[in-house]
Amino acid sequence: MSSKSVQQLDRVVIRFAGDSGDGMQLTGDRFTSETAALGNDLSTLPNFPAEIRAPQGTLPGVSSFQLHFADHDVLTPGDAPDVLVAMNPAALKANLRDLPRGATVIVNIDEFTKRNLAKVGYAENPLEDGSLDSWQVHPVALTSITVEALAGFNTLSRKDKERAKNMFALGLLSWMYHRPTTGTELFLKNKFASRPDILEANLAALRAGLNYGETTEAFSVSYEIAPAKMPSGTYRNVTGNIALAYGLVTAAHRARLPLVLGSYPITPASDILHTLSGLKRYGVTTMQCEDEIAGIGAALGASFGGAIGVTTTSGPGVALKSETIGLAVSLELPLVIVDVQRGGPSTGLPTKTEQSDLLQAMFGRNGESPVPIVAPSSPADCFDAAMEAVRIATTYRTPVFLLSDGYLANGSEPWRLPSVKDLPDLRVEFATEPNGVDAKGQPVFHPYLRDETTLARPWAVPGTPGLEHRVGGIEKADVTGNISYDPDNHDRMTRLRAGKVAGIADTMGDLEVDDPSGEAEVLVLGWGSTYGPIAAAVRNVRNTGAKVARAHLRHLNPFPANTGEVLRRYRTVLVPEMNMGQLAMLLRAKYLVDVQSFTQVRGLPFTTVELADAIVGAQTVSDNGGTA
Amino acid sequence: MTTTELGMPGSSPRAGTASVPRLPEDADTLTKRDFTSDQEVRWCPGCGDYAILAAVQGFLPELGLKRENIVFVSGIGCSSRFPYYLDTYGMHSIHGRAPAIATGLATSREDLSVWVVTGDGDALSIGGNHLIHALRRNVNLKILLFNNQIYGLTKGQYSPTSHVGAVTKSTPLGSVDQPFNPVSLALGAEATFVARTMDSDRKHLTEVLRQAAEHRGTALVEIYQNCPIFNDGAFDLIKDREQQQARLVHLVDGEPVRLGAEDDRQVLVRTKAGLRFVPEGEAADDGVVVHQVGADDPAQAFAISRLDTPDMTHVPMGVFRSVARPTYDDLVRAQVDSAVEKGGGPATDADLERLIHGRDTWTVA
Ligand code: SF4
Repeated sequence: MSSKSVQQLDRVVIRFAGDSGDGMQLTGDRFTSETAALGNDLSTLPNFPAEIRAPQGTLPGVSSFQLHFADHDVLTPGDAPDVLVAMNPAALKANLRDLPRGATVIVNIDEFTKRNLAKVGYAENPLEDGSLDSWQVHPVALTSITVEALAGFNTLSRKDKERAKNMFALGLLSWMYHRPTTGTELFLKNKFASRPDILEANLAALRAGLNYGETTEAFSVSYEIAPAKMPSGTYRNVTGNIALAYGLVTAAHRARLPLVLGSYPITPASDILHTLSGLKRYGVTTMQCEDEIAGIGAALGASFGGAIGVTTTSGPGVALKSETIGLAVSLELPLVIVDVQRGGPSTGLPTKTEQSDLLQAMFGRNGESPVPIVAPSSPADCFDAAMEAVRIATTYRTPVFLLSDGYLANGSEPWRLPSVKDLPDLRVEFATEPNGVDAKGQPVFHPYLRDETTLARPWAVPGTPGLEHRVGGIEKADVTGNISYDPDNHDRMTRLRAGKVAGIADTMGDLEVDDPSGEAEVLVLGWGSTYGPIAAAVRNVRNTGAKVARAHLRHLNPFPANTGEVLRRYRTVLVPEMNMGQLAMLLRAKYLVDVQSFTQVRGLPFTTVELADAIVGAQTVSDNGGTA
Repeated sequence: MTTTELGMPGSSPRAGTASVPRLPEDADTLTKRDFTSDQEVRWCPGCGDYAILAAVQGFLPELGLKRENIVFVSGIGCSSRFPYYLDTYGMHSIHGRAPAIATGLATSREDLSVWVVTGDGDALSIGGNHLIHALRRNVNLKILLFNNQIYGLTKGQYSPTSHVGAVTKSTPLGSVDQPFNPVSLALGAEATFVARTMDSDRKHLTEVLRQAAEHRGTALVEIYQNCPIFNDGAFDLIKDREQQQARLVHLVDGEPVRLGAEDDRQVLVRTKAGLRFVPEGEAADDGVVVHQVGADDPAQAFAISRLDTPDMTHVPMGVFRSVARPTYDDLVRAQVDSAVEKGGGPATDADLERLIHGRDTWTVA
């Protein structure tokens, strides 16, 4: 390495792109792990097609993985890549428009054949016609060098050897950015434990990539990015789906109750089902049911029996579950509905992110049917948000929506690991004794006699002697829970259910505003996964000397008690959302504040630049005296 | 896809209620009264549901179970009001979904005796999917399907068991839908216990309930139930004492399948054209169909279920099939229990910490 120079950088965004069969997600994951191990802060964004294997070499078949890492606090996966690794012409074509001039492109020239170029509509080879002149292009014969490096592997077919090219690419990038590869070697040893020949080939390809960077003239510079200063503690890298699954298990552990998942496979939520299915050792029961409705039905049945019932799904599944959610509202039993939102309507964009189920979660049921809503703000935050959802569900005996999304589900970031014993104690008390007397003075159990503070009803589980009772979806008489069609009773019960959910605000803390100068006139208010992009954009705008305040909602129903007061404190409130303005609509309706909506539904998170522009725009409007 | 040996229990058949706490030997036995709730029963006068309720209330004490460990889950429809009238734990849920909800409850609570009460519309129309999947999984549930061949609660539309040509509020020119035969459907759905009985025959009904309760796994009990308001007399042909004998086929395990009075006895035989009743004297011994509830292959039980025609010429009654197969809920619990045991008992804080840490951690000082 002596002959080559080393440059220090503070941040880099790399995008690995290739055919869905090229193993780009794995390559990205491994590079991420290496980067995490080095102590950089980071954020990732996988982007893949809904088809498992779209036709090879075509634009719809392109899969990519973007990683942003830095020596400082990273809030987003990065607007635009500094480096693009393009494994074929389709990957180049699909990603080039995101690439700023001057960025580095590493291309696998072996795939730039006439046929492959024609597949994606390149009339000329872009590597030869000068159209890439404003980028720094490194043409590398990735496939053939890999195959050559594996020449000695006689038991492997050429196809098998070609398949190892992603490890070659990883090796090369690991050299470029001084990433340690020991973690990847360990990973490969586990993955290919039963195929020693494949294992050796992958290890050889990885080393060949490292050596290629080290020895060839093509790459003269490598880069170092110093570790970020992060709060002390033990960290791991985690995706939102994994963190969410762990949050549910940990919440059940802290509640001393079994966790029972009823679910049906759906993108992008299935990984939660997969993860929980592997956690039987923690007392987790998972049932993959015949449909979405059965999934939530099984979960609700388990809740009736005294477990923490959970169902996991995405928007289309919520639509199917809504009647059962209404039943849970009426039964007043704990239940967690995890909605990993994706692009809609209908099947929409299964693998892309969106925040467009907020109003469905809020209102998507018949009748007056209030359901609390909690939304995580980052992949690691899915853990805490899951615990909060369970806390609300069990304390208030209510179904709760946990609104994650595709970006959080598959994106990853470092997670400072909590100490389990310091997490909230979520123990609940089941009813064990009659709580009333009948006309004859005999002790009886009133299933709808509420706790005075929380308005929660008792959770009396089957097997408890003397508390036999019936619940159902028909309106129940206040206190006794008997069937009642009485007009006044229905009015009272409707208000009690609404009051119970509204009262959750008492135990969830105020909306905190980040306004360092205390003089901002513009507030940027977000919810869910827009946290990172908003915080990054606000930081950029503040760096220009402007004053701007920022707040983020974790609870969407009820809103924190001080929300109205916060909204009214600012001349302009800007609400960015990956939908058509759903939170903005709720805020306007509830608080009569003229919030400004800023929206996009491109299936991708906001970029920092577009948000910063929107904030500056709102600032200008504000300076001009308020509403435009 | 690879498969693996489950290596789970299930070979030794256990009773359906084996894991449900029983009343102490010296305790007073419960009575029908103990299972009667204080709620006013609100079915129409003369409804067949009354007789079924009385039979169930009368039968439950016989199980000797603790009352608090019995749960009735229902869907929507006239029959689904059933749980309100029983002084056990109960849930009146939503249309068609009771088997799904009961599956979650039974799987997470081994110590409960879980019963589902449903109707022909609830179980076979809106809830058809949940029913067949409960049957194939063999969850330890007892499903009582009240079949009155009509929608009662919504006031008289045809149901998935109404006959072709049935004139109802929604089929003024006669129904064009081919009905389901619930017994055939259940046998086709891998059910391990399938029986049919009738609201008006308390003794038969009670005997079938007894066998269903004894069965470990999903037991589907079809109960012909008269709806005097919207489909009165649907089962008169087989309730009428005179007609009954020539039409009802009482299935008895290990016995030839017989029909008719002593002096006019017919017996079911296998012919090239399928199963057929012939006078007992004319039957060759080797062709006689002997009913076997425990046969692995449900083909014969299915063929018997097909004897049933809309004109009720022959209506088989009793237990069609009763075979032992590991139950879904037992297997699910066994997988969890063995994983917990292998892990050294219930997870501790330290175990949880190991889980969330995973393999790749790093420390920032
Ligand atoms: S409508 Fe028919 S089934 Fe319903 S309660 Fe009345 S008689 Fe019984």
